[in-house]
Amino acid sequence: MPEIEKLEVVPPKGVRPPLLGPGHDLGTVTDRIGGIVLQKHTPVFWLMIFGVAAMLFGILNAAIGYLFARGTGIWGINIPAGWGFAIINFVWWIGIGHAGTLISAILLLFKQSWRTSINRFAEAMTIFAVMQAGLFPLIHTGRPWLAAYWLFPYPNSMGVWPQFRSPLIWDVFAVSTYFTVSLLFWGIGLIPDFASLRDSAKTLIVRRIYGIFAMGWRGSARHWNRYETAYLLLAGLSTPLVLSVHSVVSLDFASSVLPGWHTTFFPPYFVAGAIYSGFAMVLILAIPFRYLYNMQDFITLRHLQNCAKLMLATGLIVAYSYAMEVFFAWYSPDKYERAMMWNRMTGPYKFYYWMLILCNIVLPQSLWFNKVRSTPWKLFLVAIVVNTGMWLERYVIIITSLQRDFLPSAWGMYWFTKWDVMTLLGTMGFFTLLFFLFIRFMPSISIFEVRALLPQAKVKE
Amino acid sequence: MAEFENPTDLVHAAKGAFDFGYRKMDTYTPYPLEEAAEAIGAHHNRVPLVCLIGAILGMIGGYSLEYWVSVINYPINVGGKPFHSWPAFIPVTFECAVLGASLAAVFGMLALNGLPQPYHPVFNSPNFVRASRDRFFLCIESQDPKFRLDETKRFLQGFHPREITEVPY
Repeated sequence: MPEIEKLEVVPPKGVRPPLLGPGHDLGTVTDRIGGIVLQKHTPVFWLMIFGVAAMLFGILNAAIGYLFARGTGIWGINIPAGWGFAIINFVWWIGIGHAGTLISAILLLFKQSWRTSINRFAEAMTIFAVMQAGLFPLIHTGRPWLAAYWLFPYPNSMGVWPQFRSPLIWDVFAVSTYFTVSLLFWGIGLIPDFASLRDSAKTLIVRRIYGIFAMGWRGSARHWNRYETAYLLLAGLSTPLVLSVHSVVSLDFASSVLPGWHTTFFPPYFVAGAIYSGFAMVLILAIPFRYLYNMQDFITLRHLQNCAKLMLATGLIVAYSYAMEVFFAWYSPDKYERAMMWNRMTGPYKFYYWMLILCNIVLPQSLWFNKVRSTPWKLFLVAIVVNTGMWLERYVIIITSLQRDFLPSAWGMYWFTKWDVMTLLGTMGFFTLLFFLFIRFMPSISIFEVRALLPQAKVKE
Repeated sequence: MAEFENPTDLVHAAKGAFDFGYRKMDTYTPYPLEEAAEAIGAHHNRVPLVCLIGAILGMIGGYSLEYWVSVINYPINVGGKPFHSWPAFIPVTFECAVLGASLAAVFGMLALNGLPQPYHPVFNSPNFVRASRDRFFLCIESQDPKFRLDETKRFLQGFHPREITEVPY
């Protein structure tokens, strides 16, 4: 396809690539995006990736099954490091889940029309990432069937209630609200597209299935009017919500007295890191997706470049936060804080710390170059590096503060076990599995919003 | 029901019909078209009000749950903090308000729209499947007091639509 090749060329300085490939109209947009779902034949690469993901999902089930049988002793956690992989992975996944709502809500309020091609699958990514995140606190309890009354306020037979002064309970409310609102956002976005699929389906059964999900949507002006209002309201509500979620997650740490955690700047620091890793995950998913499904017309270099720029900006905030952490330790008279920072840089986990600096600060500086921002495979590599770095960040924050606190007699070491690794890899598989099911059965780009972007969709005076 | 090929013609026709005095009518478009809603006089809606009520209920519900649990039903002394330690109750109150508002906005929108609705007469129109694709429809309903089949047909013909169909009702 000649147009696609043209689009892949790095544009000269100062020229922005278009938001949509040339030569599309209302019909072709519907066919191209809907075609991924409605095609009879499932592509081979889909089956292959799905197979690998399903295998990893099996490993996750095995790891969790063994965990429930034996207890959390199979993990590397101990005293003093009672929070290990489970919390690291929780914070990592929930951070990844931030980009979706940011793209759909905040960029909508700022009228950034480039969000349109990527918002749908970024929202799906959010939901699936939050699902992985939610899994960890649950299995970390070791007895998830008891977790219900530890976490949720419901009238149980023992008459006990959760402790509302604890940030851990705030976290339960923040994460479950975030999950519900993201699901609603995603769900109402899908209704008109399900109607499109219903109307272009070729067989009766497919039409019936999408018809049920479309709920009888018929594109009436009165409906659109209320729909747009609800959509905008949800965007307005999600904006403070998305900022609150990682702030509350950070308070789990900040409200403790441990050196390295007990700081006031944790909420903005965590939110910036979350958006950083979220955009990296958007790129990790978007680049193979546009390549495998030939969607370069819809996810153009402009989208990739904008994501890269946002990654660079939030990455610099994260770099500033790291610098401030070191500065606080040096400037404070608190010897525990200083010892913690010195331990981070030169102690037994120094390898992780310096890898983190390399992955999150040094290598992403390549995004300053237009050439890197406009070459999908380079961008893909940077995104993987960033997400590795963000995982290491959580590892460093959690482990180095826990393993050496105030009394040397209470010090210990933390090393993860194979069960930890299996659980982490397993959630990646589960995430990929859900994401590929989504691509196959739901429109992964918002059809009606792309239609509204077309020049012929505007009313001429 | 008149079928148009582009949004400009549709909005023009909808405005004309509204000015002529038709009220019971609707447009059907494949994407939100603000001008069409304005043309048929459907610019205001009650979704924001429903959303506000949801937010207030969520807020009151969240805070009273915390108050009732921490002060009345299950008071526990944590580090000498007062039972009614309101600043610590704010995050959950905020989350509950957002939750209430979002649920109200979405389900309120669906309820006001009358969805899910398994059957609607406009789907009987043969070409209506393209309303979710690339065509724009204006439907004047027979319950409108000014509706006379021939007259309305002639009226719509004046806007040069691609096709005019009668929708069995």
